[in-house]
Amino acid sequence: MDRRKIEENIFKGLMNASMLIILASLVFILVTIIVRGLPAMNLAMITQTPKGGYYLGKEGGILNAIVGSLYLAGGATLLAILISLPVVLYLNIYSKKGSRLVAFTRFSFDVLWGVPSIVYGAFGFTIMLFFGLRASLLGGIIAVALLVLPIMSRAMDEVIRMVPQELLESSYALGATRLQTAFKVVTRQALPGILTAVLIAFGRGIGDAASVIFTAGFTDYIPYSLLRPAATLPLAIFFQLGTPFPEVQERAYASALILTVIILIISIVSRILITRFTKHIVK
Amino acid sequence: MEFKTHIRVRNVNVFYGKEQALKNVSVDIPDRRITAIIGPSGCGKTTLLKSFNRLIDTTDGVRVSGEISVDGENILDPKVEVTHIRKKMGLLSQKPYPLPMSIYDNVAYGPRIHGIKDKKRLDEIVERYLRQSSLWEEVRDRLRTPASRLSVGQQQRLCLARGLAVEPEIILGDEPTSALDPSSSQRIEQRFLELKNQYTIVIVTHILRQARRLADYVIFLYLGELIEHGTAEAIFENPKEQMTREYIKGIIS
Amino acid sequence: MQTKRLLKDRIASKLMLLLTVSSGLIVFVMAFGLYQRSRPILAIKPLSELLFSTSWHPLRGEFGFFPFIMGTLWVTGVAVAIAIPLCLLTAIYLSEYAHRWVREWTKPLIDLLAGIPSVVYGVWGVLIIVPLIKDYVAPFCGTFSSGYSVLAGGVVLAIMVFPIIIHVSVEVFRSVPYEVREASLALGATKWQTVKHVVMRKALPGVIAAIVLGLSRAFGETMAVLMVAGNVAKVPSSILDPAYPLPALIANNYGEMLSVPLYDSALLLSSLALLLVVLFFNIISRVILIRVERSIQ
Repeated sequence: MDRRKIEENIFKGLMNASMLIILASLVFILVTIIVRGLPAMNLAMITQTPKGGYYLGKEGGILNAIVGSLYLAGGATLLAILISLPVVLYLNIYSKKGSRLVAFTRFSFDVLWGVPSIVYGAFGFTIMLFFGLRASLLGGIIAVALLVLPIMSRAMDEVIRMVPQELLESSYALGATRLQTAFKVVTRQALPGILTAVLIAFGRGIGDAASVIFTAGFTDYIPYSLLRPAATLPLAIFFQLGTPFPEVQERAYASALILTVIILIISIVSRILITRFTKHIVK
Repeated sequence: MEFKTHIRVRNVNVFYGKEQALKNVSVDIPDRRITAIIGPSGCGKTTLLKSFNRLIDTTDGVRVSGEISVDGENILDPKVEVTHIRKKMGLLSQKPYPLPMSIYDNVAYGPRIHGIKDKKRLDEIVERYLRQSSLWEEVRDRLRTPASRLSVGQQQRLCLARGLAVEPEIILGDEPTSALDPSSSQRIEQRFLELKNQYTIVIVTHILRQARRLADYVIFLYLGELIEHGTAEAIFENPKEQMTREYIKGIIS
Repeated sequence: MQTKRLLKDRIASKLMLLLTVSSGLIVFVMAFGLYQRSRPILAIKPLSELLFSTSWHPLRGEFGFFPFIMGTLWVTGVAVAIAIPLCLLTAIYLSEYAHRWVREWTKPLIDLLAGIPSVVYGVWGVLIIVPLIKDYVAPFCGTFSSGYSVLAGGVVLAIMVFPIIIHVSVEVFRSVPYEVREASLALGATKWQTVKHVVMRKALPGVIAAIVLGLSRAFGETMAVLMVAGNVAKVPSSILDPAYPLPALIANNYGEMLSVPLYDSALLLSSLALLLVVLFFNIISRVILIRVERSIQ
C-alpha cells in the first residue's frame, strides 16, 4: 500500500474516533443523568413544594421550581412570539427583498443569538433597577424573552422564507391585503415550522439558568402573581447541588433528570413536527 | 479508416437509484483520435464520459455494470485502484473549476500528489504544460497569483494544463467550451487538434458544428441508448439510423 | 369595508416596522444600558487597574479583574483546544465520507446535544469529570487537584460547543462546489488529498468562522463552568488549578452586589465587557460566513 493510502486510513480512523467520542459523550451525559437521577426520584419530588428544612434533607419536592419554570418559560415564549412573529412576517412579506433593513435585522438577530445568557440576565437586571422592579416572575420573563427572541426569530425566519412566492401572489391575486395574506396564508402554511421554532425557544428558555439568576429570584412557593419571585428548575438543581448534604444532592440529580426529560420531550416533538413539515410543504 | 482501440466499452449499464442512465452501451473508442459523444441533453453523454474515469462512483446511489477496458485493464473491476485510472485521464469540465490556489500550484497539484517534490522538475512541468495549453505567455509573470483571477477562458486553459501535467493518455472533455466566449472556445478547439497526435481525446458536446470541426469518430446517444457510432464522415454524411439523421438535421434536439 | 381593510393593513405595517426596527436595535440598547450602569466605577478607577490588577476585594473597593479574565481565557482556551480537532474531523467525516443516512441520523443527535441545558452539563461535570480529574488525572501528573479546575471547565465547555462548530463547519464544507472536488479527484488524488488540499483550503474562512462562533459561546457560558471550575479568584498556573471565569463571577455575586458600593457597577461592567467581546467575535464570524455564502453563489 502506498503512503497516501496509509495517510488516508490514519485520518479515517481519527475521524471515526472523533465522531465516536462526540456521540459517546452525548450518551454518557444522558446515561449519567438517568442512572444517578432515577434512584432519587419519587412522586413527592414532582407533587410537593419544599417543606421546612427541605434543603437540609427533610421532606418536600420541587413542584415550585417545575411550575415556576413552566410559567416563566411559557410567559417568555409568549412574549417572544408577540415580537418575533410580526418581525419575521414583516421581513418576509412587507419589506422589499434585499433591503438594508432586512439585512440589518437578520444580522442583528444573528449577533443577538451569540450573546451569552448571563448578559441577558445582567441587562434584565438593569431594566428592573430602572423601573424599580424586584426580582420577580415578570423580571425573569423579560430576561428570558430577550434570550429566546433571536433563537425563535431565526428559526421562524428560516421556515417562512421557504413559503413559495407563488402562494403569496395567488393570495394577492384574490385581492387579499398583505396583512390578510400574512396571517391567513403564510402563517398557516408555515405553522408546523413556526410551532417548532416556538418549541425550540421554549426548551432554551426552560433550561437557562444564568439569565434568571438575577431576575426571577428564588422562592419555595408557587408564584401567584407576576410580581412575585419565582423558582426555576435549573436554579433548583444548582442550589440543591450546592448544599453539603448528600440526600439533597441526590435530589439535584433527580431534578436534573426531570429537566432533561422535559427537554427530550420538547426536542422529540419538534423533530416530529419538522418531518411532518417537510412532508407537506408545497415546493 | 482503421483505428486502434483505446477504450473498449462493453454492455455498460448505469443506474441512478431506479433510473437507468445508460442502457447496454458497447462501443470502441479509437486511440489518438478525437471522439465526440453527441446527443440531446440528459441522454447520458456525461454519464458515459464520467464512467471512463469512474467519477460517477461519487454519486449517491449509483450502480454500474458491464466492462470498460483501458489498455486491456477492466477499470470497472472494484479491485482496481481508482486514483491510478484517473491519473491516466485528464478532465475538462463544463465550467472551469480552478483549485483554490495559485496558477503555479494548480498545474503542480497533480504531479505533487503523485509524489514529485523536486522544485526544479515542478518548474519544468509547469512551464511545459502551460506552454502546451498556450497560456504560458499570458501568465509567466504572475504564476503566484490566485488562479481565480484569470478570465474564464484562461481558467479553462489552465484546467487543461493541470490535466496534462499528470501525463495522461486520455483527455476527457465534458462540453469544455460551453462556458466560454467564441474566441476562447476556438483556442481550446485548436489545442485539441494539436494534442490529438499524442492523446486520445473524448469530448461530450451538444454543438454539432463543434463535433464536425473536431471529431474523427462520433458516438450518438439518445435517452441512454447508443443509437449509432462511426467515423465522423459516416455519421455526418451518411447516417444509417433515422434518429441520427433527424438529430443531425435538427428535427429532434 | 374596503377602506377599513386597507387601513388595518397600513397600521399593521407601521407597527411591524416599529417592532422590527426596535428589535434590531436591542443589541445597542443592551450595550448602552450596561454602559450607563458601569459608569460609576469607570469614573473612579482607571481602566488599566480594572483590567490588570489582581487584587479583588470589593469590600475594600478594590476591583482587579485580571484573575477572572485569565480564568476565562484559560477555560475557553482548553475548551477550544479540545473541540477544534474533534469537531473538524467529525465535520469532515460527516460531509465527505459518511453515507447519507449516517448524516441524517447524526444531525438530530448533535442537535440534541445542543439542546441540553447548561445546568445538566454542570451536574454531569460534577458527577463524572471532576472526580475523574481528582482521582486519576491529577495523581497521574503527580500533583493534587480538587478536580474543580480549568480542565474540568474546559472539557465540559468543549462538549457544549461541539454542536455549534460541527453544525456550521459541515454546512461550510457542503457548500464547497462538488466540481472542485471532482477536478482534484480527476487528477488521481485520493479523497483525503482532495479534502486536505482543496476542500479544507476552500472552506478555511468558513471553518474559522465556525470556530470563532464556538469560541464566543464558550466565552460567555456561565452555569456549567461555574459548577465545575472551582471559582478561586487567583490566576491559574496550570490546567489542574481552579479558575474563576468572568461569567461565573457575575452569576455568583448576585446576593451581595447591591449592598457593597460600586460592586454592582463592577459586575455590570464585566457584563458589558463580555457583551462587547462576544459581539466582536460574532460580528467577525458572521461577516466571514456571509462572504463565504456570497463567494459561492
